[in-house]
Amino acid sequence: MSDHHHKETFVTKYIFSQDHKMISKQFLVTGMFMGVIGVFMSMLFRMQIAWPEQSFSLFEAFLGSHQTDGVMDPDMYLALVTIHGTIMVFFVLTAGLSGTFSNLLIPLQIGARDMASGFLNMVSYWLFFLSSVIMVISLFVEAGPASAGWTIYPPLSALPQAIPGSGAGMTLWLVSMAIFIASSLIGSLNYIVTIFNLRTKGMKMTRLPLTMWAFFITAIIGVVSFPVLLSAALLLIFDRSFGTSFFLSDIFISGEVLHYQGGSPVLFEHLFWFLGHPEVYIVLLPALGITSEIISTHSRKPIFGYRAMIGSIMAIAFLSTIVWGHHMFISGMNPFLGSVFTFTTLLIAIPSAVKAFNYITTLWKGNLQLNPAMLFSIGLVSTFVTGGLTGLVLGDSALDINIHDTYFVVAHFHLVMGVSAIFGMYAGVYHWFPKMYGRMMNKTLGYWHFWITIICAYGVFWPMHFIGLAGLPRRYYTNTNFPMFDDLLQINVVITIFALVGGVAQIIFLANFFISIYRGQKATQNPWNSNTLEWTTPVEHIHGNWPGKIPEVHRWAYDYSKRVDPKDDDSDYLHGKDFVLQTTPLLEGEESS
Amino acid sequence: MLALFYIFIGVAIGVSFWQITRVLNLREVIATDKDNSNQGKYAIFFMVFFYAMMIYCLIFMNVLMLPESASFEGEHDDNLFDISFWLIGIVQFIMQFLIFYFTFKYRGSKDKKAKYFADSHFLELIWTITPALVLVVLISYGLWQWNNIMDLSDEKDAVVIEVYSQQFRWDARYAGEDNTLGLGNVNYIKGINTMGVDMTDKNSLDDKQVTELYLPKGKKIHFKFRSQDVLHSAYMPHFRAQMNCVPGMVTEFGFTPKYTTEEMRLKEEVIEKTNGINKIRRAKGEEEMYEFNYLLLCNKICGASHYNMQMKITVVEQDEYDRWIAKQPTLASVIK
Repeated sequence: MSDHHHKETFVTKYIFSQDHKMISKQFLVTGMFMGVIGVFMSMLFRMQIAWPEQSFSLFEAFLGSHQTDGVMDPDMYLALVTIHGTIMVFFVLTAGLSGTFSNLLIPLQIGARDMASGFLNMVSYWLFFLSSVIMVISLFVEAGPASAGWTIYPPLSALPQAIPGSGAGMTLWLVSMAIFIASSLIGSLNYIVTIFNLRTKGMKMTRLPLTMWAFFITAIIGVVSFPVLLSAALLLIFDRSFGTSFFLSDIFISGEVLHYQGGSPVLFEHLFWFLGHPEVYIVLLPALGITSEIISTHSRKPIFGYRAMIGSIMAIAFLSTIVWGHHMFISGMNPFLGSVFTFTTLLIAIPSAVKAFNYITTLWKGNLQLNPAMLFSIGLVSTFVTGGLTGLVLGDSALDINIHDTYFVVAHFHLVMGVSAIFGMYAGVYHWFPKMYGRMMNKTLGYWHFWITIICAYGVFWPMHFIGLAGLPRRYYTNTNFPMFDDLLQINVVITIFALVGGVAQIIFLANFFISIYRGQKATQNPWNSNTLEWTTPVEHIHGNWPGKIPEVHRWAYDYSKRVDPKDDDSDYLHGKDFVLQTTPLLEGEESS
Repeated sequence: MLALFYIFIGVAIGVSFWQITRVLNLREVIATDKDNSNQGKYAIFFMVFFYAMMIYCLIFMNVLMLPESASFEGEHDDNLFDISFWLIGIVQFIMQFLIFYFTFKYRGSKDKKAKYFADSHFLELIWTITPALVLVVLISYGLWQWNNIMDLSDEKDAVVIEVYSQQFRWDARYAGEDNTLGLGNVNYIKGINTMGVDMTDKNSLDDKQVTELYLPKGKKIHFKFRSQDVLHSAYMPHFRAQMNCVPGMVTEFGFTPKYTTEEMRLKEEVIEKTNGINKIRRAKGEEEMYEFNYLLLCNKICGASHYNMQMKITVVEQDEYDRWIAKQPTLASVIK
């Protein structure tokens, strides 16, 4: 990296920028755009669930030929749930979350002038942009977008005869995802290399903020598992377009026997979930990392059990790669495998419990500064616990038999990875907005945003557990064909109302975000009195992050409220204030943590 | 209802615009002591709302749940579920209390100092070992039960039934006198032979194809599943039973029905649920009243009519089952 300034044009500064701070903003805004589409879709299909086969002018306006007089078609319903899942999991919570904060924070928090490869970083964003464009285009294909569920199990996803969305819509889905995976891999490799090689003097691995650990491990899981999804997607493309039979066998559809022989859909399930499960942690770990940082900073306390936190991130990451079979207990695979996957799956409860208890202990006897970022982090801990606990039921193969693919599962994973990760993302935006835009977001709107969102999130997903326990399968266009589910309709109406209010309430956030970019109050250099390196850079963005030399690091990131006498809570702060920048050298006789 | 929804949206938009206009006046961006104090109180209000909702759902939605397991194997599922649910329920209530109570209790102010408390091996050991011990119980019981359900080797008198799925219907085939199913493959599908049974296989001749399942009470049923086109999942929630139907392979599941349909209808929880449903149906002006029946549903996304793919299951006493099965024609007599 060189210190001298490049000549910048509009194009190199705002569009094909190689500066990690600009790229992170590009990821964020693209992710937010996709998020608006994904959330809007969920509002549409929730309306169909609550008021089945009713006519809405909203449907007439948005669903084109996939509605009749304002009544949504069943195919369109499946398309909406499919694309909602795809967009939220990959485009918002993978690229939007990891892409934004890994790019913004890795160089800033480890003390580097930029990513190891600024060029690859730019390529990563533009591949993500391209895949987003293709995914959006797929919404306008005549036969409809992909509609085989976000898990795209063949043969449904392979045969246009089985569902119209498996034609051109599915092709575009696969192409988009293949490009997305390339983008994600390039990004992840860059993150790993940067964290390994570009740490500033004194920034030992054991002094990294937990955000860095989380992003680092996330990138490793991504590199390990995303290529497997790529291979699954390629094989599926072969089956669809070139007549191979990797996943298909013995199929009779539309009055004829197809030529496929010898393949197995179960193979696809294995390949898909080999990514699909780690993906949950690719989504969640960055959010947990962000939360660790924010809870500690705003509690004015060191994060409790720093090393245990790192250990649990590693344990979760390792276990996440050997539990994929718990999505397949009833897929027809050998029951012995089910036993193994039950065992490994339930083990994840241990590191997860350690994390949750450590967060709560960090709050204990803190001096909590309840900024919106802090509230969202606390909200994350709450939803992570609620959603995580039901994992003990789902991970147990014997119990999974009866609730597999019911709304119980939907409630579980939305709370534990959907809502939690989104909360982590919001927390990150509120916390690092001053670093991104040099201005502050409005706190009152932040408070409104938080309380409405958490009430709606629980209003949607808590009752949903119970309709799952009543045996209602997910992805049903309407439940009216089963009188045994008639008594669940009222609950579905309540859920939908919470979902609609919660969805619309996100406008508060969007308004706050975009208005604050231009009119927010100017930020000071270190508005949250935080210890980490990013707050030692100037408010105005410059290439290379620090004018002059890169600062040297002398301590870990969590010396908040450190005392003269560590045993006496009433003694004075060791450095005269309740935070100590990582760049502050140890005093004589000071113990490092 | 729709009006209510529009009102909600209106209110939400109104509130957001009102707040947006305030953004221009409000310059405060970092929480003050007053904010901390307010937000801490809101955390308590939220906790009250959250607990009220959790308890309300746990109590009043109980009647909507599936009745007790209608299969012998499912009894242990219900037990294990109860143990797990009590456990996670208790942990949930404690943890959520700690989260929101601490938010209130330790809300910040200028004159407070946080405790410098970075590590405690003792505490960490406790919350590593406690979950581990609890898991030993859950995993052992779960695995024992899983092996119990999935072990179909002991099946000398089991009734063998093939369940066959296609977009968007279920069919079934009983194994007949010899209790052995004839082979099947999609290549044999022709005309009336909709399940693609190989009629050159002598085991096929006495097989009986039906569109509704009758099961004898107290006898092990050994299901074999096939699919003709895409993945389906045979979900029989009352029996705690589910298995995917996979094109190109045969999957299996088994259970022993415990109550006949009639006996189930007389159970208190079923009566209560049925009455609740019929109250709703009458209010909607439906002609037909609901009567409890066991069902087989599709539970794997399979196409446009996935939401309407069901088959009725009737559990009867052995003698009634014998009479019913005797009346069904063999494939040999149907497919010439």
